[in-house]
Amino acid sequence: MEIIMSILAGFLFTVGLYLILTKNLIRIIIGSSVLSHGAHLLLLTMAGLKTGAPPLLGLEADTYVDPLPQALILTAIVISFGVTSFILVLGYRTYKVTGAAETDQLRGTDTDE
Amino acid sequence: MSNWLILPVLIPLIAGIVALFFPKHVTAQRVWAFITSMILIGVNIFLLTYILSNGIMTLELGGWEAPFGIVFVGDSLATLLTTTTALVALPIIYFSFSTIGVEREKYYYYSFFQFLIAGVSGAFLTGDIFNLFVCFEVLLLASYALIGHGGTKTQLKESFNYVIVNVVSSAFFVIGVAYLYAVTGTLNMAQLSERVSEAGSEPIITVIAILFLIVFGLKGALFPLYFWLPGSYSVPPTAIGAIFAALLTKVGIYSIFRTYSVIFNEETAVTHTILLVLSAVTMIIGVIGAIAYRDVKLILVYNVIVAVGFILFGVASLNSDAFVGAIYYLLHDIVIKAALFLIIGALITAAGTSKLSGMGGMIKHHPLLTWMFFISALALAGIPPLGGFPGKLMLVVGGAEAGHYIVVAVMMVASLLVLYSVIRIFLQGFLGEPMLTHAEQHGSIKAQMPPIVFLVALSAFMGFGAEIMYPFVESAAETLINPRAYVEAVLGGNS
Repeated sequence: MEIIMSILAGFLFTVGLYLILTKNLIRIIIGSSVLSHGAHLLLLTMAGLKTGAPPLLGLEADTYVDPLPQALILTAIVISFGVTSFILVLGYRTYKVTGAAETDQLRGTDTDE
Repeated sequence: MSNWLILPVLIPLIAGIVALFFPKHVTAQRVWAFITSMILIGVNIFLLTYILSNGIMTLELGGWEAPFGIVFVGDSLATLLTTTTALVALPIIYFSFSTIGVEREKYYYYSFFQFLIAGVSGAFLTGDIFNLFVCFEVLLLASYALIGHGGTKTQLKESFNYVIVNVVSSAFFVIGVAYLYAVTGTLNMAQLSERVSEAGSEPIITVIAILFLIVFGLKGALFPLYFWLPGSYSVPPTAIGAIFAALLTKVGIYSIFRTYSVIFNEETAVTHTILLVLSAVTMIIGVIGAIAYRDVKLILVYNVIVAVGFILFGVASLNSDAFVGAIYYLLHDIVIKAALFLIIGALITAAGTSKLSGMGGMIKHHPLLTWMFFISALALAGIPPLGGFPGKLMLVVGGAEAGHYIVVAVMMVASLLVLYSVIRIFLQGFLGEPMLTHAEQHGSIKAQMPPIVFLVALSAFMGFGAEIMYPFVESAAETLINPRAYVEAVLGGNS
């Protein structure tokens, strides 16, 4: 199971990186979001999957699942959610102000002229 | 008593949240921001002196014992940095009053500023690597907002790049944490230190170390990951550029200090050699940029990159003299970069342009600004007895002890070129033929002088008062060289 998850995480990285390397602003934003989800999946997988019972008080079992990675990815997902919504607004604002939907139109600053 | 340790994070956080409630009352915003940063300085200085006399202080958040809960660790290094942060934040806030513009102030400028300070202080104090990631995100989100604040065309262009670069590096940070957790099963830095030394020289540890070097190198603008810095630090208003140049790269550098001394201290042959080479190249690339550009803001921005190289050279040398030098230089660099950015901000206000060719003869109308710039330029280059000197001296001594003579030579040459790059601004912008009559000056800079004088005085104190500073810096270097003390302070009996 861990192998499949690792491959899936790698696949998400590939997709994310490919999207980030394209020129369209929206694709870049979606790419960054996919990339962080790949990282979250990796974080979850790294602690081992389904190694025991859910870590609940009162539940008798020999081994329990490590709850820490879940706490970590919850935090990471919330952060990535906030950042993604921020970039979406930033991308929209950039498009409104500069009229650029592609990165090559964003190149250079006014001081270069 | 240990609850005090949360205050450097809590004060700016609460100050920022409270400021959200009265955005349109600009005067109230200013007074509130000023008072809270004064309090922040007071608390930090108190903590610093307390820790120097009583040893490392730890705070277990929520009462969960280390290594299970998150800990805040106040050692001399962390508190020296939070104190410097607070000391730099106050003058920059004062400088913002007259330069940032009422529109920005009405749209939560001071709140974002305070959140940035909260994130930076948190990153310095935390003793948990995932919490470090969270603090990074706090300060980065505030910086995303600040860099695009005001929404001018150039700002938006650069902030998009800045945000994407940092989102990618944050993803790498999570990956690094995941690997580290898989290998060691802990996230507490003190326990990581123990577990990693038990694991010994396993290659996976080196891989993780390099992964973290990439993450922190991106935040700290280490070669070859510095490409985003010149654009994004030069487009926002000077006050924001100043706080970025003073603090943001320094957080990345601090994280390298911490991880490379406490955690990855076993197998140094690979990692520290990479760090050594990269720091040397960073110096070279930085000075080339500083000399090549004729825009005063860009000259300074490239000097930020040079300083990253200098400081990380100290880490790569890995002996106590070099660490003392690196920490001293780091602290001084926070102050002097803020000072130089504010001076340049005032210069641009007066001249109405950031191009060197468009200014000249400032000394005629602004003698105080001119001499302040001259002093800071010398301090930046490390001319004795000013503030940059003790740090650079110790870096050279430490580097020579470690036998890195070539890099020491590169550093000397780089220092000279740094001096050349800033003296060029002095000769052309401040001396030279006056371009503008007094009537043509683009606005008064009187209100901008107090913070500049304060920062330059602080930098001069770090030079002349090196005797007073030294015990603090030495005890900070001690925890880096000998992480046992750090580990014992955090884990106590239950390791």
